[in-house]
Amino acid sequence: MVEPLLSTDRLVKRFGGLVATDTVSIDVRPGEIHALIGPNGAGKTTLVSQLTGNLTPDAGTIHFAGRDVTRLPTHARVRLGLARSFQITSVLREFTALDNVALAFQAHAGHSFRFLADARRDERLRAPARRGLEAVGLGARAETPAAALSHGEQRQLEIAMALAGDPKLLLLDEPMAGMGVEESQRMIGFLRALKAERAMLLIEHDMDAVFQLADRITVLVYGRAIASGTPDEIRANGEVRQAYLGDEIAEIA
Amino acid sequence: MMAAFRTPRGLATVAILLVLAVLPLLTQAFDQRYLLSIGTRIVIWAIAAVSLNMILGYGGLVSFGHAVFFGIGGYAVGILDAHGVSSGWIQWPVGVAMAALWAALVGALSLRTRGVYFIMITLAFAQLLYYVGVGLEAYGADDGLNISRSRFAGLIDMRDKASFYWLCFVLLCGTLWFCSRFANARFGFVIRGAKSNDLRMTALGFPVFRYRLAAFTISGAFGGLAGILLANEGAYISPAMMSWVKSGDLIVIVVLGGMGTLFGPLYGTIAFFVLEESLPPVLNLVQKGWGEYWQIVFGPMLVLIALYARGGIDSLFGRRHG
Repeated sequence: MVEPLLSTDRLVKRFGGLVATDTVSIDVRPGEIHALIGPNGAGKTTLVSQLTGNLTPDAGTIHFAGRDVTRLPTHARVRLGLARSFQITSVLREFTALDNVALAFQAHAGHSFRFLADARRDERLRAPARRGLEAVGLGARAETPAAALSHGEQRQLEIAMALAGDPKLLLLDEPMAGMGVEESQRMIGFLRALKAERAMLLIEHDMDAVFQLADRITVLVYGRAIASGTPDEIRANGEVRQAYLGDEIAEIA
Repeated sequence: MMAAFRTPRGLATVAILLVLAVLPLLTQAFDQRYLLSIGTRIVIWAIAAVSLNMILGYGGLVSFGHAVFFGIGGYAVGILDAHGVSSGWIQWPVGVAMAALWAALVGALSLRTRGVYFIMITLAFAQLLYYVGVGLEAYGADDGLNISRSRFAGLIDMRDKASFYWLCFVLLCGTLWFCSRFANARFGFVIRGAKSNDLRMTALGFPVFRYRLAAFTISGAFGGLAGILLANEGAYISPAMMSWVKSGDLIVIVVLGGMGTLFGPLYGTIAFFVLEESLPPVLNLVQKGWGEYWQIVFGPMLVLIALYARGGIDSLFGRRHG
């Protein structure tokens, strides 16, 4: 069996009396898309926040790339190759699309205690940033302020930024949120092409997308992982049907 | 460089810098020595405003204690002078270093907080030093202390008003030059990015706190330089240099001129001093005695700027690009 890239061991996070993450153990193997699904309030974002380091778990451990990263700050995890995109689009709105991606590359290009040279003329950042924008289909929008991009374009920009450090694992928090059907299909195609190069943990409400992309699916309900398996196994799982998927799964199956 | 002359903003900036560059000649020609003293204070305050703008404008961190660096720079000169150390070669580096050190200390604690807490903590630390100054009986306490100006043997006579002015002006140009580089360098991009969205910057892999701390320290060092100059300008130090009112004035200047713009703080300083000097006599012309209440006019002007010209004076020159 392949060593997992990311794994959690009996992770627990409580908010007062609410157990938002209830002894969750999941893993992501190299080269796979592992989807995390569950109804609203199931604790998906809480789980992701612990993986990224924005929240500290109350118990349990997180291993990434062979290291215990449970107590590591966010920026240090990013350096190890754990990148994320945000559920709510989170780009630097005052900066151009190219600036956004160049900054993402800068984060991986050593320290930034450089005070004199103009960063906008630094081809070591600009050239890869331009290629990154082209890869997500935003090449023509390089000089547009991020705030002026359409919602779908901002989501694409998010992905370009997350990819900048050539991460080993991408945490995608609802990359299809708020996208039209056509945009969603394009994003699905793009993510599938990406899969060859890196592992992904995908959180997504769009079941179409999940069942098209995922190699494995974990279902989270009330903070607990109630099932984990291949898309076919999840479709066939009675508990999952009852708890969550209901009619929607019948449609796809 | 020549492109700067083609825009109204560029023209205005070049004109202002030219007038400032030859100010001592102008005041001498028109025999207005008092104006040179105002000009000197404008240039010194502009250095402090540019330094505050580094964190307030570019970093989005409302530091409400920046005048404390006037005090640190000033007292470094004054205290050393009182103990017989009059060489500027010692006084000035000590003043700048102490200001940077204090900034690093305050930054290490305050930058862990956000919003109104950050404002309160920076204010609290500034008040702390203010009251230390008030308590320093040996150095004049409340009344302050007359000092002799720093000596740079043979190089420059600090007592000569014109020479001192030009020294301040050169240092202002140096500060502006550094600010222009810093804002567009990798470091500035991190600071400005964190202002826009610090969570995102952290998620990209930037240890944002470290960069902010560095920016806060640099800003404090330049503030200390302004304090050193201020002490030399009046040959006098007092706790009033670092009162919270002065910190407020600095924020007003930066907001008035245009936060996060290179020359905004300079425009703001000039506007602030010109209004402060001209409003009272103008109001006295309207009705004798009204001059005392010039701030009744000044206050609403600030409110109007805050409401309708968010980018400050700088935005009056039109939208900037890039």
